Amino acid sequence: MKYPTLTDAEARDLRALAGEMIPASTTYNVPGADDDLIFADILRSLERDTADARTALAHLAKLAGGAFADLPADRRRAVAATFKQQGGAPLFALNRVVLLCYYRDDRVMRSLGQEPRPPFPKGHVVEQGDWSLLDPVKKRAPIWRRAD
Amino acid sequence: MVNFNGVGGSTIMYTAHYPRLKPSDFRVKTLDGVADDWPIDYQTLEPFFAENDRMTGVSGLAGDPAYPPKQPPMPPIPMGKSGQRLAQAMNKLGWHWWPSDTSIATVDYEGRGRCLNLGHCTPGCAQGAKASTDITYWPAALRAGVELRTRARVCEITVDPNGMATGAVYYDEKGLKHFQPAEMVILACNGVGTPRLMLNSQSGKFPNGIANTSDQVGRNLMFHPYAFTYGYVDEPLDGNHGPPLCLWSHEFYETDKARDFVRGYIFQFGRGTGSIVEAITSTANGRLPWGEDHHKVYRSLLNRRIYLAAICEDLPEAHNRVTLDPAIKDSNGIPAPRIDYTVSDNSRRMMAHAHARATEVLKAAGAHTIAYDEVPNSGWHLLGTARMGTDPERSVVNGWGRCHDVKNLFIVDGSIWVTSGGVNPTSTIQALALYIADSIKKHLADGTLFE
Ligand SMILES: Cc1cc2nc3c(=O)[nH]c(=O)nc-3n(C[C@H](O)[C@H](O)[C@H](O)COP(=O)(O)OP(=O)(O)OC[C@H]3O[C@@H](n4cnc5c(N)ncnc54)[C@H](O)[C@@H]3O)c2cc1C
Ligand code: SF4
Repeated sequence: MKYPTLTDAEARDLRALAGEMIPASTTYNVPGADDDLIFADILRSLERDTADARTALAHLAKLAGGAFADLPADRRRAVAATFKQQGGAPLFALNRVVLLCYYRDDRVMRSLGQEPRPPFPKGHVVEQGDWSLLDPVKKRAPIWRRAD
Repeated sequence: MVNFNGVGGSTIMYTAHYPRLKPSDFRVKTLDGVADDWPIDYQTLEPFFAENDRMTGVSGLAGDPAYPPKQPPMPPIPMGKSGQRLAQAMNKLGWHWWPSDTSIATVDYEGRGRCLNLGHCTPGCAQGAKASTDITYWPAALRAGVELRTRARVCEITVDPNGMATGAVYYDEKGLKHFQPAEMVILACNGVGTPRLMLNSQSGKFPNGIANTSDQVGRNLMFHPYAFTYGYVDEPLDGNHGPPLCLWSHEFYETDKARDFVRGYIFQFGRGTGSIVEAITSTANGRLPWGEDHHKVYRSLLNRRIYLAAICEDLPEAHNRVTLDPAIKDSNGIPAPRIDYTVSDNSRRMMAHAHARATEVLKAAGAHTIAYDEVPNSGWHLLGTARMGTDPERSVVNGWGRCHDVKNLFIVDGSIWVTSGGVNPTSTIQALALYIADSIKKHLADGTLFE
């Protein structure tokens, strides 16, 4: 299915917003959501959420009184906070795509101690656990109610 | 409402938690004075539960004091770190718990690879370890000569002047209409699809829908109101590695007169969530901020979530029902189902109880930031809308799934349930289907099938 793409102005605002949502961090050695690779993934992944993204970005531009990306840093932060507080389904959809793309980035996954690979076919190991924990339960009389 | 339309139905996207109904569930009226008894009992279904466990490939541990003896064919799924923490908490509180029966292969089983702990069971298992019916029953049916016609949408079951079903009218994928004649018709469209099709099958003989002289088709719709509670602990646990299921507790299953509700619920315990789901849900809930603090807070949440859900018994009420929508139709022009459903006061009190108990066990497990999502109209267990019974004026099918009004029309899905129990339904739906198939065979053999 073919989805419309954002205009350049919308994409600039979205990128600035993504950087407000998840900024780069030297403490955790991770890029921000406005990083080149991550942002390209965000644009590619908007798909069915493009209409919602547009609605959300139009509202953001209204709150900013123009291009959100052109605001000075402190004003941008304040507008983003108001935008987040007002919430709504279009913002939720937009935020979901940003988080989806951010947390599947290899660098971010590594910083979280995750192997950057799909789960299949290697899978994962889950410990069996200590089955002797069941001993007190095994000592209980049947708890199902007789019906005859 | 959530369901999956395709070969395998909603088992393609179910979570594979696989408890059976229990003996008391079939005698609700006798034991608790509410709803109705079933015309069959647990003992009748027992051999079919066992056969279904073998066909499906069920993992679990024998000896659970919450059930009459049973022997799952495969060992249980691992407890993991999360399961151990929850088990210790329940031991502290003196609660019943046990590894859940699941329809997940824990060892290589009948050509299916064992679970690799991928953690994506609900939307579909890449390994084929989760037993969806496209990889369990369908291959066996095809080998036995059943012809499967995909992308067919049935719009009507037709009847002759004697009130016997004569076949099905359906649209193929190109939208062309066909008639398939039949000696016998078996419906398996589940608790919404079956009444929709029956109500759409209007004729001179059955102006209100086929086999609906009782006016019970579509009524008594039951879900399982779902009380979902979670919290965070201070060390990383399993996250989304492994099936999301691990343990169950039947501590609050049977009626206790000291409580302010009748019947009860099972607790289904879960391991955790994946990193992306954690980020999305925690942002939506306002736990995860934007800006500098995002990273620190996220790391305090990731892989630290544990949760449990109460599957609350929903009692049948005639006003909760499936009817035909007067305006909405699907792309073939078949009237769509319309759902009217109100959560009962009994269910609300049960959910409140479940939430309080869930908070208790999460606290005993060392959890903080405990949150509660109530999903009262959880539309993925669809039950009760063509119920079983001995009285043709109050039920749609008899004790072996045959419609009272149409003696060659059978139903084998969740719509025939009399009461919902407080467990996930699929094990019992499938055991019932085997029992009805066996009954058909027996009645065919002794010449009483259509009597
Ligand atoms: C997200 C999710 C999680 C779940 N988790 C669990 C769980 O952990 N444990 C559990 O026990 N249960 C669970 N369930 C419920 C479980 O999936 C159902 O109980 C089970 O699939 C019911 O089987 P069924 O064959 O009766 O109906 P379905 O699986 O719903 O199959 C009905 C089939 O009929 C077809 N159909 C309907 N109408 C027509 C028509 N007019 N013409 C042609 N075809 C038609 C549908 O397309 C579908 O393929 C879950 C369900 C969902 C959605
Ligand atoms: S954990 Fe993975 S392999 Fe196991 S059943 Fe679920 S999806 Fe399949």
